[in-house]
Amino acid sequence: MARTPVREIMPAEAADLIAQGAYLIDTREVHEWNAGRIAGATLIPPIEVLDRIEQVAPDKSKQVVVYCAAGARSMRAAMQMAQMGYSNVASMAGGIGVWKQEGRPVELPDSTPAIARNPRYARHLVMPEVGPEGQGKLNESKVLFIGAGGLGSPGLLYLAAAGVGTLGIVDFDVVDLTNLQRQVVHADDRIGMKKTQSAAMTIKALNPEVKVVAHEEMLTEDNVDRIIDGYDVIIDGTDTFEVRYTLNDAAVRAAIPVVHASVFRFEGQLTVFKPFEGPCYRCLYPTPPPPELAPGCSVAGVLGVVPGVMGLLQATEAVKVLLDLGDPLIGRLLIWDALDGSFSEVTLRRDPHCPACGDGVLAEQRQTFNMPTLTPAAG
Amino acid sequence: MTRVRIPPVLRVHVGDQKEVDASGATVGEVLTDLVGRHPGLGEQLFTADGALHRFVNVYLNGRDVRYLESLDTTVGERDAIIILPAMAGGA
Repeated sequence: MARTPVREIMPAEAADLIAQGAYLIDTREVHEWNAGRIAGATLIPPIEVLDRIEQVAPDKSKQVVVYCAAGARSMRAAMQMAQMGYSNVASMAGGIGVWKQEGRPVELPDSTPAIARNPRYARHLVMPEVGPEGQGKLNESKVLFIGAGGLGSPGLLYLAAAGVGTLGIVDFDVVDLTNLQRQVVHADDRIGMKKTQSAAMTIKALNPEVKVVAHEEMLTEDNVDRIIDGYDVIIDGTDTFEVRYTLNDAAVRAAIPVVHASVFRFEGQLTVFKPFEGPCYRCLYPTPPPPELAPGCSVAGVLGVVPGVMGLLQATEAVKVLLDLGDPLIGRLLIWDALDGSFSEVTLRRDPHCPACGDGVLAEQRQTFNMPTLTPAAG
Repeated sequence: MTRVRIPPVLRVHVGDQKEVDASGATVGEVLTDLVGRHPGLGEQLFTADGALHRFVNVYLNGRDVRYLESLDTTVGERDAIIILPAMAGGA
């Protein structure tokens, strides 16, 4: 039996062979190629190897170096080439992943925006659903958090990590010891510090590329329009009905989606209020309950992880809305019962008579925002 | 009997149960029977005129009864009712 013409080589040897003029084949997918490749390589995705290799590497006796992300696809491609008569094929062990770990240079297409060259977002950049374009969108996005508390904390951390360019925080409170059981964006040595400042410190430590805008004030009818202006998505983590209604009405006026969540003891609820595509908070509950029928978390308690989970689901929905991915929870209310470990869902409808987003208001908005014809809300 | 899911804020009125049974041919009858068994729920769910409070939503198999036949919506044995009052908690 003839000696197999395929060898597995380390990046150092690959670099030598490349320098000596070997054919260099990158057998990955286009989105991986766009996120960075070895200079001088030609892209041949795995499915195209048989059809295209002879065109790219006409001399079958010459040295060929093949690589992929981790070394598996390149080994398969090398075997295929050997069967086609190539006599000197080397597959690079560990792929471009190890190549990069060893500090070897990677080339990016000239047209690639700087964001796509940022290794911080490598796990996003290789996903076709995000990629350089989506990462660029996140980087240009502005998300406003109403409250840097139990719900806001995890979302602030993860959206900062994800590279959302601007994170606004509306909170006038200071960090209190009783917050730290769940408000993980703060820290023990910051008790007494303004929450906006404490959250900004944590965010900067995690991702200095993110801009934090602190709004150290209580959201009121008088300031709400000014504060929410220019944001792409709002994450509502407030604990009073008054603020929820104030925010709702202003967000509908400004046509900004609100990712809403609330928690109570072992349970959480979540939905996305995207103005005129689904209901708003007022469609769901036209009037608030009297205080005695709606105790807050300070009275009833909340398991610390519950706002953590719901806050991260809010952050997830925000990313989906920003990148137009999947099916955001518009017109659907998700209920999570931590004790059962169960999620259930109910359908919400836009109320055509809603004083905030009903048909009369919609007609005016459509003129203002030049919106297309209404798609009826699911129901 | 129909299973009615009680939200956490109202469980104090039903002996801390998550779900309770009540009978009736319509949503209104089921809720009235429920209040008969657990009188503390009365003022939580209904106005003095016997209408549902606007801060309480009732879902039959995941659909808001206000967009069905409200309290007159027919209920079958296997149907599930969920009561959801507004919750403010931002923690």
